[in-house]
Amino acid sequence: MKKSAASAPTDADALPPEILEFIEQCKAAPHPESFLIAVLQRIQEHFTCLRGEHLDAVSQLMQIPSARVTGVATFYHFFSFVPKGRHRISLCLGTACYVKGAGKLLEKLEELLKIKVGETTDDGQFSIETSRCFGACALAPVMVIGERVYGNVQPDDLPGILKEYHDLAPQTAKPA
Amino acid sequence: MRVRTSSPTLRRLRRDIIELILDNHPKDCQTCERNNSCELQRLSYELGVRDRLFEGERKQLPIDASSPALIRNPEKCILCGRCIRVCSEVQGVHNLSQQGRGFKMVVAPAHEKDMVDSVCIQCGQCINVCPTAAFVEQNETDAVFEALSNPDLHVVVQTAPSIRAAIGEGFGFEPGTPATGKMVAALRLMGFHKVFDTNLGADLTIIEEAHEFLHRLQTGERLPLITSCSPGWINFMERFYPELIPHASTCRSPMSMLSVLLKTYYAEKQGIDPRKIFVVAVMPCTAKKFEARRPEHYTEFGKPYTDAVLTTREMIWMMKCFGIDFQDQAEGDFDAPLGISSGAGDIFGTTGGVMEAALRTAYEKVTGQPCPKLEFPQVRAVEGLREVSLAINDTMLNLAVANGLNNAKILFEKMLSGDKQYHMIEIMACPGGCIGGGGQPYPPKNMHVLDPELTRLRAQALYTIDSGKTLRKSHENPAILQLYKEFLGSPNSPKAHELLHTHYQPRLPKGVK
Repeated sequence: MKKSAASAPTDADALPPEILEFIEQCKAAPHPESFLIAVLQRIQEHFTCLRGEHLDAVSQLMQIPSARVTGVATFYHFFSFVPKGRHRISLCLGTACYVKGAGKLLEKLEELLKIKVGETTDDGQFSIETSRCFGACALAPVMVIGERVYGNVQPDDLPGILKEYHDLAPQTAKPA
Repeated sequence: MRVRTSSPTLRRLRRDIIELILDNHPKDCQTCERNNSCELQRLSYELGVRDRLFEGERKQLPIDASSPALIRNPEKCILCGRCIRVCSEVQGVHNLSQQGRGFKMVVAPAHEKDMVDSVCIQCGQCINVCPTAAFVEQNETDAVFEALSNPDLHVVVQTAPSIRAAIGEGFGFEPGTPATGKMVAALRLMGFHKVFDTNLGADLTIIEEAHEFLHRLQTGERLPLITSCSPGWINFMERFYPELIPHASTCRSPMSMLSVLLKTYYAEKQGIDPRKIFVVAVMPCTAKKFEARRPEHYTEFGKPYTDAVLTTREMIWMMKCFGIDFQDQAEGDFDAPLGISSGAGDIFGTTGGVMEAALRTAYEKVTGQPCPKLEFPQVRAVEGLREVSLAINDTMLNLAVANGLNNAKILFEKMLSGDKQYHMIEIMACPGGCIGGGGQPYPPKNMHVLDPELTRLRAQALYTIDSGKTLRKSHENPAILQLYKEFLGSPNSPKAHELLHTHYQPRLPKGVK
């Protein structure tokens, strides 16, 4: 029966070996279902977003109902279903940063990259997200790209910072 | 300690909450299917909501009518989560969950996919527990109204065993009042040319299934045999336990058996063109709507054997549309010969009933002696799951009965791990069996959803009907004997196999056990 077309397993194909291995470790631990978020985080880290086939694969491999997997994934702001840029820009819009001009910073960033919050540039280099405090208010306004933190950022600093990551930044800023 | 559950402050607070829920709810009570049976409407009334004080942005979500069995209308959903719980905790299907967050949250299958592309088994329990009309059955009453007014059609109806135990509730009878006679009379008044009994299909199922079982017992193959009457269970098996497909009885369900006979045996006998016969089945079940549309249950002239499946609720509504005074109907009788049935057929509608009916026949086939006691209360799985060992002659049979698919899962895990060997298993998808089916009337006043007292009373009605009959064994049903003699030959004959048996296949998406 197991060989029939309807149950042919393709779930493992959707995920890279290191994540499959992690899932196996989780399954060996007590309460494997409690590792769902950790597994989803790793998948997003690898693919920059979560796709339907990833979620279905997690559901079958971890034997957690699919409706619950997608329920968890859609609940958390952290998880994204559209690909993120190679460089994820996260701008703090918490009170301190906002007072210190983070709003203007965001406007400038959107203007330079020609995308809105939550979007990714066409060349897949940059994406913009906002957050609510990194706990570094003394550096306000704060911007994080990848793992690197930038403090006291002014709108005019932005072209220079972006250039550190990708030369084509001015190109993406060109009118389409 | 004294706890006050009603005070002016509490009433005001509760009213505020209801007003907030109403703010995000369509204002279409008059035209809503749940008008007069809606819990939100009842609460608004009881709390004295007169004004819609809150006016904010309202959700606007599309209706999902993709499933052949039911409709999901997220506009009417108040996000109470009952359907999620019944789907996971009672049925073990886990098809529904909250998707998204905050204002955008909806109750939906994974990926917010259409129900037809989900692991939904169409049991309809979400409809039974929904306080509003966020889940309702696919309505097929229009087709039946049309057929009844079409002079070219010979319109016949069959009613499932559990309908007679519940239909009275729709007309003011106390739960548990048997209403066979009044139901038949009302159906005839509606204009059905013949009123037949699915119980005959049940009797026939017992004959075929008992022979199938005895054959497997002799050869030791494909044991345990698992019953196949419940289409919710069959859908569950195909998506969640495809490895059990060889164990399922190949018998069509009683409904489908009778529908096949209506368009073959009956058509032939009466000299009616089967293309002109319109078969309506009144079922306690929404999954039957899907079963009737399975390609395996189509005639060779391209129409389904069962043309329309109505739930008990839809039939109650239709009778009301016809202005039928149900309470005052005289007792009617089913039409012969496909309306003659044994008490064994009646109890098919409740948990353990199929097992009990099968035992009455199997015992006599094996021992050649009359069954000393016709009742087998030990197989009535009122608590959801029962295992019994029973000796027939020198053979000890391990039997199991489950209702509510979460209970079935417990059983299958035991069986598949090899912990216990069973000979026969009866599965009914819905809690309590068909009497608690997804198409049965909403709970009456003073009873809550999934009330065990309600299923107990309905079951009692069936046992009362059974014990009041002189004909209580399927294999003694004269209509069945005549049927085999005139048409089918012998049980499990090639002709019986062609007409009365079916097959199953694994389906995607595959469920998570």
